[in-house]
Amino acid sequence: MSAAPLLDVRGLRKYFPIAKGFLQRVAGQVRAVDDVSFTVNEGETLGLVGESGCGKTTVSRCILRAIDPTSGQVLYRTRDDRVVDLAPMSRQDLAPFRKEIQMIFQDPFGSLNPRMTLLDNVGEPLLVNGVRSRKQRMERVAELLRLVGLRPEFMHRFPHAFSGGQRQRIGIARALATNPRLVVADEPVSALDVSVQAQVLNLLLELQQSLRLTFLFVAHDLSVVRHIADRVAVMYVGQLVELAPTSAVFERPYHPYTAALMRAVPVPDPRVRNDDGILRGEVPSPAAPPPGCYFHPRCRFAEDRCRVEAPTLREIVPGRFARCHFAGELEL
Amino acid sequence: MPPIHTATNAPLPLLRVRDLHVAFKMDEGTVHAVDGLSFDVSPGQVVGIVGESGCGKSVTMKAILQLIEPPGRIVSGEILYTHDNATIDLTRLPPRGSAMRALRGAEIALIPQEPMAAFSPVHTVGEQIVEAIRLHETSNGQPISRREARARTIELFRDVGIAIPEQRVDAYSWQLSGGLRQRAMIAMALSCRPRLLIADEPTTAIDVTTQAQILALLRDLQRKYDTAIIFITHDLGVIAQMANHVVVMYLGRVMEEGTVDEIFHAPKHPYTRALLRSMPSMHGETQVALPIISGALPHPFNRPSGCPFHPRCPDAIPDRCAARVPLPIEVEPNRIVSCFLYHDEAEAR
Repeated sequence: MSAAPLLDVRGLRKYFPIAKGFLQRVAGQVRAVDDVSFTVNEGETLGLVGESGCGKTTVSRCILRAIDPTSGQVLYRTRDDRVVDLAPMSRQDLAPFRKEIQMIFQDPFGSLNPRMTLLDNVGEPLLVNGVRSRKQRMERVAELLRLVGLRPEFMHRFPHAFSGGQRQRIGIARALATNPRLVVADEPVSALDVSVQAQVLNLLLELQQSLRLTFLFVAHDLSVVRHIADRVAVMYVGQLVELAPTSAVFERPYHPYTAALMRAVPVPDPRVRNDDGILRGEVPSPAAPPPGCYFHPRCRFAEDRCRVEAPTLREIVPGRFARCHFAGELEL
Repeated sequence: MPPIHTATNAPLPLLRVRDLHVAFKMDEGTVHAVDGLSFDVSPGQVVGIVGESGCGKSVTMKAILQLIEPPGRIVSGEILYTHDNATIDLTRLPPRGSAMRALRGAEIALIPQEPMAAFSPVHTVGEQIVEAIRLHETSNGQPISRREARARTIELFRDVGIAIPEQRVDAYSWQLSGGLRQRAMIAMALSCRPRLLIADEPTTAIDVTTQAQILALLRDLQRKYDTAIIFITHDLGVIAQMANHVVVMYLGRVMEEGTVDEIFHAPKHPYTRALLRSMPSMHGETQVALPIISGALPHPFNRPSGCPFHPRCPDAIPDRCAARVPLPIEVEPNRIVSCFLYHDEAEAR
């Protein structure tokens, strides 16, 4: 593994203006992503978790440049070991990197064109990237379908003929068409039934090994993230609150929000039932976050300092970051 | 014949579903969404119905409330509702008739999955609950007054943990957050003090920390009012936390039924066992292949012959499981399994 990370996100911000009145004057900002920094090493899976509205999807869309970040850097290490910043790049300059960073979507029904056969759905990224020969595309699509565990003969069929799990495999095949290095998977298994979810998770793990893929895995389901990710980044109201190796986080979280999130997962064991430590209140709006630590109104450890002074994301022990004044001191 | 629970001298269950068949007749073929379903709900009991998409759990909910719309139809079976020693078969009541309308919302209430779609956006949530209360509740033969109904709504809001209920009662559903909206929906469902509450994936559309709050609330309210609940979900974690008794469904049929402890700690049916194994856990080994259930859910027009699970079953017995449909049989007291590994009773078709 090379020393430099494949992806190095620094101080990423994305603010959406709130327009008001007839003249659509800007009345405020929604800080969807507010100073987010993390790295993803080659061959690694970074799990990005948080509840709806925390900004995890906005982060992934900024990295893919589906939207333009307000500020910050998205440093990407190219195949020839140069480091480029994707954030300010023009569409033209970005083009060669588009095929190296691909996406797997959540909804296996909405993300495939129902009027196109698998050949055209999976082959479209190839066409866009200059593979003009239909024969070449057919060969590559056949190879990709085999790779994701589907029969190559299926390529002339339309998406409606397939189940949710099979469609998600098709979406994965399409993401792999251009030989990407980084794959951003936004909730790739949350729309699937339990019995199919395990199949797709296993496929992703297999593909990562055989193709040396790097994953940014965006999800809300902690048990899925725990299973697949090497490191976990937890977001709350547009900010990272904890970033650490997966096993360490699940053994002992450093941020009270991470701990609350873990306790909130319903345990599939009727002998373990308790309502202790249920988080009160609701997630604040990123348009008007509370002063001090964003989490303090819901935190059972909050002290006066938390109400006025915003904590920074700091390294508590090597490799473990948390945004809490008392990280490492609390019994979570 | 479907199994009949042989509880002697015990009070009759509140609800008995008996050999229910619901089919949707379409141009391409007939979908047997519920295919011979039987289960009981006793007063104050929380029955969890768990299964994946297409297993018929939501259709069951609609059948109980008589909300099946064409081309769907209850083909046969009984849904017996017992109240004050009188038993009525809900399937015989006209869905739009006064008898069914008097039950629906009052005796049997629903907490739907998506409260955004369930509330009207052009009336305040308070008005909608007041309307429900005034529709079902009377004092001396007259509908109770608007003012009284409103006071009761505010009281209900306080009960379900809505802060500043006097103000929130005048809010529109779109002004409330997802968690508050679901709390308001629960208040509406409880407004006429139902005996039976049907919760259809009530926390699927909300975040985990809010889900934990809502589940704790439902548990508290259930204890307080001793309401029977049918809790429908695909989430095994939620079922483990909420139910006393669990019915596992697959393609419209009961695979297994037992106490929540039996289902999670001593599952019998290969489907239940495989389902529990395939979940990534918060404690197991990570980044290894999870045990899977091979294949996919069959297309609804393409039901397998014999046991519906046999094409995906690791323990399928050649010839036998594909040829005959195993009946749900009580193999131990209150422990029902539809599988030839445990008995030899097949459906006569």
